[in-house]
Amino acid sequence: MSAVDITGLNVWRGEAHVLHGVEFNVPENGVTALLGRNGVGKTTTLLAMMGLLPATGSIEVGGEELLGTPTHLVARRGIGYVPEDREVFAGLTVAENLRLAERPDEEHRYDLVYQLFPDLQARTEQAAGTLSGGQQQMVALARALLNPNRLLLIDEPTKGLAPIVIEHVVEALVHATSNATVLLVEQNLWVAAHLARSAIVLDHGEVVYAGDMEPLATDPALAGKYLGVEVR
Amino acid sequence: MSSFVLYTATGLGLAGLYFLLASGLSLIFGLMNVLNLAHGAFFAVGGYAAWWVMDSIDAVPSGPRFLIAVVAAAAVGIVSGVLVERGLIRRLYGHHVDQILLTIGLGIAAVALMGAWFSYDPRLLTQPDWFIRTTNIAGANVPNSRLLIFGVAVLFLVGLLLFLARTRHGLIIRAGVENPSMVRALGIDVSRSFTLVFAVGGMLAGVGGALGAVYFNGVSPSLGTSQLIFAFIVVVIGGLGSVTGTAVAAVLVSLTQIYVNNYLATGMGSVSVVVLLALVLLVRPQGLMGKALA
Repeated sequence: MSAVDITGLNVWRGEAHVLHGVEFNVPENGVTALLGRNGVGKTTTLLAMMGLLPATGSIEVGGEELLGTPTHLVARRGIGYVPEDREVFAGLTVAENLRLAERPDEEHRYDLVYQLFPDLQARTEQAAGTLSGGQQQMVALARALLNPNRLLLIDEPTKGLAPIVIEHVVEALVHATSNATVLLVEQNLWVAAHLARSAIVLDHGEVVYAGDMEPLATDPALAGKYLGVEVR
Repeated sequence: MSSFVLYTATGLGLAGLYFLLASGLSLIFGLMNVLNLAHGAFFAVGGYAAWWVMDSIDAVPSGPRFLIAVVAAAAVGIVSGVLVERGLIRRLYGHHVDQILLTIGLGIAAVALMGAWFSYDPRLLTQPDWFIRTTNIAGANVPNSRLLIFGVAVLFLVGLLLFLARTRHGLIIRAGVENPSMVRALGIDVSRSFTLVFAVGGMLAGVGGALGAVYFNGVSPSLGTSQLIFAFIVVVIGGLGSVTGTAVAAVLVSLTQIYVNNYLATGMGSVSVVVLLALVLLVRPQGLMGKALA
């Protein structure tokens, strides 16, 4: 059984029709990469899943329909969201950012979070806006990992980070996602290949590839065709 | 020197009123992007609540009676805030033009209703004797009411800052001012905080109205609307959504107004405040304390 079943998903942003009847499944456990060129609707897909954009169609998670559910209730169903550009609360401290993420009546896994990101433990009283990009990404990931979520939606966790920081974030992601179901949007093919088993490729608001990650990562022709990138 | 002390004390009293009116406006705009042009009505309603208590409950000595009057004004402010948010504004989040039309209309209707009910003539407030007596500060005889208004405003400022810094509701409001969508995405129902912020804003304005009735020696239906423009200027100068910024701007605006009126030319005070606003907008368009809270 798949963790996520999306059928006939249509999303408009203002006048623009961004997703045209998108259909795909995310298998239980493991990372599925959501790939495609800039502006094909990857972030839009995640925003629609979180109820942050109006959409039509169907988004089932664990057999329950998500579409039409208010955003805060989507999150309470056990869906952790790590947005593009991190969106940490800049005026709040690291500890406050995490405390805000604590969902009532759930386990709060501070041990896990601080084990993955020891940097954060040393900076709990620092305003999140004064952290480096990599540290802000850790805060954004930590917020999603604090509660035991059944599904993680992670949007470009390595965007704008230096290569050395990317390695650190990927390492943390490998640990963090080892027992979770993750839908990962990632522009960096190396990162996607490192983390994901399966892949979905969007183009012009439609799914053009759904299957294993490996062929995309190893076959230059395939990667070039779908992603417009060259694989070294 | 003594006149300077007197002007300063008067200015600080006025600053207290501006803060109480403007801090709610600032939080409401910061969190919900709602420009509440009916906020002055909360102020006037609080003034009338205080007037009614002072006028009717003769059995209680005037000192404790004023305390009851402030509590009543706060309660009426809270109820007004909650009713306006739940009953009207809630349907219009994201529709800015509709909100502005609604709150302008609500403000006008509230003034007309209060005028019909209480008449447009000012109702004089019975004040405890202590308010009218003076305290000698550096040779100036400062009316105690000015000190009281400023003191109460400081208490509410400290209370509000503690509430924002120490409670989970406060945490949600501070985060919501920055990014309400992300707060929702963490599983928090921000709209509950919207009602809370309207309640807090209504309470602060209601208390402001009770103290305003003391400062202006009475209550009339336009008590709040006449101050609302200055409150907006305070909000913009302080930085939208910043409570500390609002407090600093309230003092800046009221002192400018009082000093200019008394040292330069009577009536120029209001003009000077607009000049101050223009200067701040030129140099620091985001206001003194930007969008970061507390």
